[in-house]
Amino acid sequence: MEGEAFTDINGNAISLDCQNHSGSCREFTVSSPKMSIGKVIVYTCCVWLLAYAVFFVTENTAVLSGAILITLVGMMLHIHFVKVDHESLLVIGSLGIQVSSNFASGRETTTFIEMSKIKDIVINEAIYMHQIIYYLCVLLKDPTEPTAVSCVVPLFQSSKPRLNCLVKVYKSCQEILSKC
Amino acid sequence: MLLKIFFPQCCNRADSGLLVGRWLSGYDAAVVLAVIHYPFIPGQVKQYLQQLQAQSGGGLLVLGSWSLPKEGQEGIECFLRDLSTIFPQERWLQINREMGKTGFNCKVIHRDQSKILIHTQWASAGWEEKVIFIHYEQRKVMLSQLHPVEVPDTGTDPPSELRQVRDSTVGGSQPLFFLDRYDDGPLKSTHWQSEGREASIIVELLKQASVPLCLLISWLLSVWTCICNIRIFKLYPLHFLSTKLSTCDQLSYRTEHMRTLIHLSKLFPASLQASVCRKANILVSLLVDVALGMLLISWLYRDEHICMLANALVPVADHVAKELDQLLQWLMGAPAGLKMNRALDQVLGRFFLYHIHLWISYIHLMSPFIEGILWYGGLSAGLGLTFALSLLSDMVALLTFHIYCFYVYGARLYCLMIYGLSSLWRLFRGKKWNVLRQRVDSCSYDLDQLFIGTLLFTILLFLLPTVALYYLVFTLLRLVVVLFQGILRLSVDIVNSFPLFAVGLRVFQPYRLAEGVKFRVLCEEPGTALHLLMEINPLKCSTVVQTYRIPTYSCYPKDSWAALVKKLFIGELIYPWRHKTTKTD
Repeated sequence: MEGEAFTDINGNAISLDCQNHSGSCREFTVSSPKMSIGKVIVYTCCVWLLAYAVFFVTENTAVLSGAILITLVGMMLHIHFVKVDHESLLVIGSLGIQVSSNFASGRETTTFIEMSKIKDIVINEAIYMHQIIYYLCVLLKDPTEPTAVSCVVPLFQSSKPRLNCLVKVYKSCQEILSKC
Repeated sequence: MLLKIFFPQCCNRADSGLLVGRWLSGYDAAVVLAVIHYPFIPGQVKQYLQQLQAQSGGGLLVLGSWSLPKEGQEGIECFLRDLSTIFPQERWLQINREMGKTGFNCKVIHRDQSKILIHTQWASAGWEEKVIFIHYEQRKVMLSQLHPVEVPDTGTDPPSELRQVRDSTVGGSQPLFFLDRYDDGPLKSTHWQSEGREASIIVELLKQASVPLCLLISWLLSVWTCICNIRIFKLYPLHFLSTKLSTCDQLSYRTEHMRTLIHLSKLFPASLQASVCRKANILVSLLVDVALGMLLISWLYRDEHICMLANALVPVADHVAKELDQLLQWLMGAPAGLKMNRALDQVLGRFFLYHIHLWISYIHLMSPFIEGILWYGGLSAGLGLTFALSLLSDMVALLTFHIYCFYVYGARLYCLMIYGLSSLWRLFRGKKWNVLRQRVDSCSYDLDQLFIGTLLFTILLFLLPTVALYYLVFTLLRLVVVLFQGILRLSVDIVNSFPLFAVGLRVFQPYRLAEGVKFRVLCEEPGTALHLLMEINPLKCSTVVQTYRIPTYSCYPKDSWAALVKKLFIGELIYPWRHKTTKTD
């Protein structure tokens, strides 16, 4: 319904999309920027120039066809396993939370966490490389000890939005969680 | 709390009637299993449900009413409302769907202890928020299996909601689904329909046929076990041999698999599907194995391929012997310009040359029989490709026995020298190994002892390069053979343990192996309740392979590469057959 401009921790523009399906069901989608054509061209050119240099020395045409194959396969693997197009969080009151990430090739991985296992949703701090970042995470209950936290499931792992975006998601999640 | 209603997709267009299902204990949720259509006699419905409860023991109830008004059935609304008095329940759901609208409407009627009806008709703006419809495909949920299979038994917690949904659909509701849509009974109902009886005739026939087959296999197995238990096989040389030959290993694994296959599972029903899947995996891997073996046989026995192989074998052995001979001659001179200890070099070289001579005469003695051996050995592929491969591995081991011997001699000599050097090195430093305390103690030596020790140390140190060179060369040769055998064993292992059936199930019927569920928001009509679609989230392929792989020896912990290198360095023997200490398998 509303697409607002936020940035991720590296300063790239991402968009947050909140959809209110009903009072107790809300969906948040964080979309990362699309793969830029410039990047693709740079990488492809690098591989091909390298291959051409090798070809110049060895005079073996298999190097060139190998380079073409490598770029194609590499691109396919990249969009199928690495490049995440958008990540979404579906919060359904009294039922659970569904986390899914869609890859650029259309592959989708989904996990559903039941409400009975969820302890809370919090914003956490983490040391990431040389900086401190904030991330949203779901705390899971320990089945043996009701007060302890057994597992932390981080959300929006690949897009890594900044705090202002996380706060927005956090507030509306808590709204639903507190209702039931 | 929100009220969740799990509604089967097949009942979306069912005629008006009664909703049959269960309430989930511990959660505010109802699972609708079937719709019993109008017209019915309430007494018969009650009797039918009692019958079902006696059969299954579950809490099947009439949850409420369902109405899908068609032309000429306008008055049915108030009739269905009155039904709640006939079937007294704590909560009565009244779900109705209007033509032309996708969403459902739901009313919940509460009834307290004093049997006074309290109609809680929420205001039209408010009540749709309180109910969530979750549509599920009954067939897929019925057939799916949630992973991990083992339910964590906490005792205090109620079982997870999704597990309950599945269990209530499957466990104890089977009799409900026997009632067919086309049956001429007093009651008509809509629910998941199984895929026809006609197709299952073949399955039934197979089931019938499998019983005598199982008996036959179990009888054969018992005979086989009897043969294996004869005392002559327990005697030293045979027993020792049978633990070293990979064909015997393969035989024992296949026996074990057959035993699992015919073993009637007396486990509780939750793990029944898992055990069926395991059995099917074993069966499919067996069939694939035999099919590949048949392919091999058809290739081997066509166009005299065996004869060609047998004729090629002796020249190859000769060639290997000649190459080894040359290698030894090279080592006995000045290999790579190294100056060796001449006397020791000559002794070792002649010793190994004599060995090669022995070996070649052995091969030539064998050569008339090699074709026969190959011919009969090739028949073992009828038992499966894995048998043929294991036999090949054993044959390679026997044919390269001389390389193994060289390696053992070299390694023993090298090992001896390394141990001698290390203990003499301790003597140098005025220390000694205390056997009783398993540690190095300091010790004062006499002058004579020190003199002898130093002398021996010098001799060993100067002889070490020669021995080390021989050791290095023969270890490399040995590693080539071990690598080849390791590759053979790896391929045997892949055929043995790959869960082909489970992977096929994952590819063709992904809902069968469920990791969990996922939800999709279906329709958003303002003024109706939230509708979600529950889909089965299939297991990842890697998890499928991990969960369902048939256990074989490669599942055991193996030696690390570092340990292997250390072993090579101090001259301990490495074997391809000892499973826990091998290199490549």
